[in-house]
Amino acid sequence: MKYKEIASICSQECIAPDIYSMWIKTENIAKEATAGQFVSLYGKDASRLLPRPISICEICNDRIRIVYRVVGAGTEEISRYVQGDEIELLGPLGNGFSLRKENAMLIAGGIGVPPMVELAKKLKENGTEQIISVIGYRDRNLFLKEELEKYSTIFVATEDGSAGTKGNVMDAIREHKLMAEVIYSCGPKPMLRAVKEFGIENEIETQISMEERMACGIGACLGCVCQSAEVDEHSHVHNKRVCKDGPVFDAREVEL
Amino acid sequence: MNTKVNLAGVELKNPVMEASGTFGSGMEYGEFVDLNKLGAVVTKGVANVPWPGNPVPRIAEVYGGMLNAIGLQNPGIEVLCERDIPFLKQFDTKVIVNICGKTIEDYIEVVERLGDEPVDLLEINISCPNVKEGGIAFGQDPKAVEAITREVKKYAKQPVIMKLSPNVTDIVVMAKAAEAGGADILSLINTITGMKIDIERQTFVLANKTGGMSGPAIKPVAVRMVYQVAQAVKIPIIGMGGIMTAEDAIEFILAGATAVAVGTANFRNPTATVECVKGIEEYMKRHGVEDIKDLVGMVK
Repeated sequence: MKYKEIASICSQECIAPDIYSMWIKTENIAKEATAGQFVSLYGKDASRLLPRPISICEICNDRIRIVYRVVGAGTEEISRYVQGDEIELLGPLGNGFSLRKENAMLIAGGIGVPPMVELAKKLKENGTEQIISVIGYRDRNLFLKEELEKYSTIFVATEDGSAGTKGNVMDAIREHKLMAEVIYSCGPKPMLRAVKEFGIENEIETQISMEERMACGIGACLGCVCQSAEVDEHSHVHNKRVCKDGPVFDAREVEL
Repeated sequence: MNTKVNLAGVELKNPVMEASGTFGSGMEYGEFVDLNKLGAVVTKGVANVPWPGNPVPRIAEVYGGMLNAIGLQNPGIEVLCERDIPFLKQFDTKVIVNICGKTIEDYIEVVERLGDEPVDLLEINISCPNVKEGGIAFGQDPKAVEAITREVKKYAKQPVIMKLSPNVTDIVVMAKAAEAGGADILSLINTITGMKIDIERQTFVLANKTGGMSGPAIKPVAVRMVYQVAQAVKIPIIGMGGIMTAEDAIEFILAGATAVAVGTANFRNPTATVECVKGIEEYMKRHGVEDIKDLVGMVK
């Protein structure tokens, strides 16, 4: 079930340059949400018409946390909201990660990191013994690292070499010879491509979370499709809807 | 108070439908909206065979609106008949199927296939700006508009709506051509061709380079065109283009639209359609209007 709510903001803070963290108290969305799902946020300025799809970072009772990057005027407006402000949102949307008991490797980069926090928490609760997080950042602003450390063993890669392995997440995986039985991943497309290849080479189940420009967010407008390996049973062409059939896909289902 | 309207013999319980392409076949929005409350549901454009549509990005936001270049992705008429029409028939609303094609034969194939289906009206899309063949190519030449209308009318068992493009020098010429070809109803406007450039990446935002602009920013253009066409033709008009609220819908009705379609507003507000229905009733009460037909084209 999806809900459209006017929710209240519990807190908002800037946790790294251009990266904001917001806790929102919801009526129903938090109760129904799972790791890997997202919400659509509606700004108050109606000259910006479309909702902003933002992944859910954490779920705690009746609250959700979102962590997002300010990339334009819409997210900039949202970043100015403060405690007590109301925000209109739709959710929870899309399909989240499928939780497995097997040893897990969470691979994320940039603004793909937030959904990994709830995922790591849920995997731990679910009894997964080994949870490794391999996280790629631009620089030493290692946002959400502390949260991930609570639930997983974390390895960091930075583009500028200021922390952890210099390079990307694949460099960190090679350097530390990391391996797992299930991979969960979210981040930029080139990273997902490398993760998919790594998963296929090592015959590991690989779940990836995709991103695309969206309009409706619920599967009606066909704005946010990705290419599917097989003819999709809804579209009857090689297209899947990121918002509705995803954002999490088995890596083998989609062409990157 | 009467909110019923008549479109070529088909009675809608109220004048509000959603605009093709913004609502799928109603399944997704059915989670938020009671489809029984809508005058009609218009399906996303369907062709004789499945179409893959355009590459992504297909969506760009612009000031007061958006651009889309979906490229009429659709699963083909068979899927629509087997899956979507039976779904819609569960509801007490009229079913309008929007049809697209690359050639006149493509359109006719779909029209014929729908002959025995429980569909109330056919909407012929000759105005999509996002596909190279067919679509708008038929909608920018009055001779082609009249010819395709006439051809479709030969085979159609349901009344035919011709959906017109605003991307023409004079939409009245196209409207008259469709009427001359035997169109029962006109719908307007489709999206206005636009472009957005990402100045940081120095490239087009849409993979298709251009897209159709919709949303509240285009409403004054749409209202003007509905008004002009209403002065020039005798057949009813379904007005659309940037309707966000009941007040916007009323503007179109006063300009001469018998019915209205809510499109891009669904993305901003999933319950925009039903709020429009309610708002129209409130407006009628406030202005002591007994019959909605009295409002149609009232502003001359």
